[in-house]
Amino acid sequence: MTSRSSQEPLLQVEDLSLRRDGRPILYKVYLTIRRGEIHGLLGLNGSGKSSLAYTLMGCTGYEPDSGHILFDGHDITRLSITERAKLGLTLAWQEPARFEGISVGKYLILGMPEPDRRRAAEALEAVDLSPARYLNRSINHSLSGGERKRIELAAVYAMQPKLAILDEPDSGVDTLSLSDIAALIRRMADQGTSILLITHRDEMVTVADSASLMCQGSIVFGGAPANVRRYYDHRCKVHNETVGVVMPEVIASGAEGSERRAT
Amino acid sequence: MTQQREVIVPEPGWARDFEAILEAYKQAGGDPDALRMPRMATMVVNANKVLAANDAHGVHFETEELPDGIRARIFVEPGTRVEYPIHLCFGMLPTEGVQRIDIEYEIGAGAQVEFLAHCTFPNAIKLQHIMDARIHVGANAAMTYTESHFHGPHGGIEVLPTTRVVVEDGGRFATTFSLVHGRVGRMAIDYDVSVGAGGVAEMTTKAYGMANDRIRVNEVLHLDGEGARGLTKTRVAVRDEAKSEVFTTAEGNAPFARGHMDCTEIVRGHAVARNVPVVVVRNDRARVTHEAAIGTVNHKELETLMARGLTEEEAVDVIIRGMLR
Repeated sequence: MTSRSSQEPLLQVEDLSLRRDGRPILYKVYLTIRRGEIHGLLGLNGSGKSSLAYTLMGCTGYEPDSGHILFDGHDITRLSITERAKLGLTLAWQEPARFEGISVGKYLILGMPEPDRRRAAEALEAVDLSPARYLNRSINHSLSGGERKRIELAAVYAMQPKLAILDEPDSGVDTLSLSDIAALIRRMADQGTSILLITHRDEMVTVADSASLMCQGSIVFGGAPANVRRYYDHRCKVHNETVGVVMPEVIASGAEGSERRAT
Repeated sequence: MTQQREVIVPEPGWARDFEAILEAYKQAGGDPDALRMPRMATMVVNANKVLAANDAHGVHFETEELPDGIRARIFVEPGTRVEYPIHLCFGMLPTEGVQRIDIEYEIGAGAQVEFLAHCTFPNAIKLQHIMDARIHVGANAAMTYTESHFHGPHGGIEVLPTTRVVVEDGGRFATTFSLVHGRVGRMAIDYDVSVGAGGVAEMTTKAYGMANDRIRVNEVLHLDGEGARGLTKTRVAVRDEAKSEVFTTAEGNAPFARGHMDCTEIVRGHAVARNVPVVVVRNDRARVTHEAAIGTVNHKELETLMARGLTEEEAVDVIIRGMLR
């Protein structure tokens, strides 16, 4: 834990389960993120990381069957996306939406408590985009995937939420380098934003203060990022045992993998 | 040719009417100062009165007042590059009545001109605005025509524009019709455009209907000349009990003619939207395509904005306004 984080939990996920179309997606998820903390959530593709992000944000179709989500002292399990956002929670989608006729500048300002063009420009600079070139551009398909991704990160930066869920910020062609993203995440944390960093690239969690490993809809291991990374390196593999579906698998853990294991 | 600054002899009350229509013009998104600038070609119409019709270099107005409207001819001399947009204001301040605009645009060969038209009916309760326009874009000429409407909050207006356009060889014609502020009332647009060889036509229509508004768009694009190109782009949002019907036809009648129709409509509440694209190809080397998307607001766009703290209604409004920009 770094000096900016405290022991006080900002987000607590308790016994969270979700089924969609009759299939279990999340199963008894427990997760705690402390104030000021950068928490890495590592897992293979299809392990349920994005589903957890959508459930935490309150997206349609991701209403949990059981469990609770506590955020900043509030039970937000049944709150709308807007209500959660107003409490200080936001999400940067893995593949951000595009908008016809909305400028980058307007988009960045939308999430701010008070419109602040200077902050919008600063947010663009934080993701290495020139405000002069981008503030008046439209967030439509004229932007490359990488540009759109950077703007999404800039929007979260500009918003200064209490907790930002960043879903695979490192994915996508033409995106920022890992060190650039790590620097941005640290900068956001220094400004008081806790981060839930979702990734399938284990080197990304080195920026985190703590980490968890997700597998088949559950968090199976948690602790120091280095330990989670090692566990992931040695024990996670993709297998194809379910016909037509690529499912991740964690091989039975050894003694070194027992730092914080889900039940 | 002598440049004519004011063809209208002011009558008693002219100044009052002029200032009132300028205020309404501002509500419609226009810049009143542009109508006062001497180097700008302008025409200002209130009901059946032509309050101003100012020529500029190479641009001439002929106007005539009718019992229920006006008749006008706008002539741009061949080869003229009109430096500033020509500002047109068609308004009607009373709550009731009929305004009939019979208008002809003659754009000489090789001329280049841009029109900014604002139609403002801020107090309309039972009002009809009928426009019958004929546009001739000469060979290698370029005309851009942007028309914005403001109808006030009552919805008691009928807007019935009919436009026939001929674009000669190598000519370019682009028009944008926008009715996104205030109530639509009942609107029925009827556009028919013929494009000659190597010519280009683009038609964009944007409308936002609410309550019991009715929107009907009928656009026909004849790509008659070799290599003629055309695009229709329709953006309509309807909510509450509003209804929209969009009929677009593109004909590829000559070799290498290329046409495309693009329609997006957003539907909320009990509103109903309908799109009927018709593709006609009469030449085996022509090609016409269309795409249409009608439905509710894109879910991901909605949730993205809500995750920034906007309510669902606010987010929908931002998305719709963006689409209609």
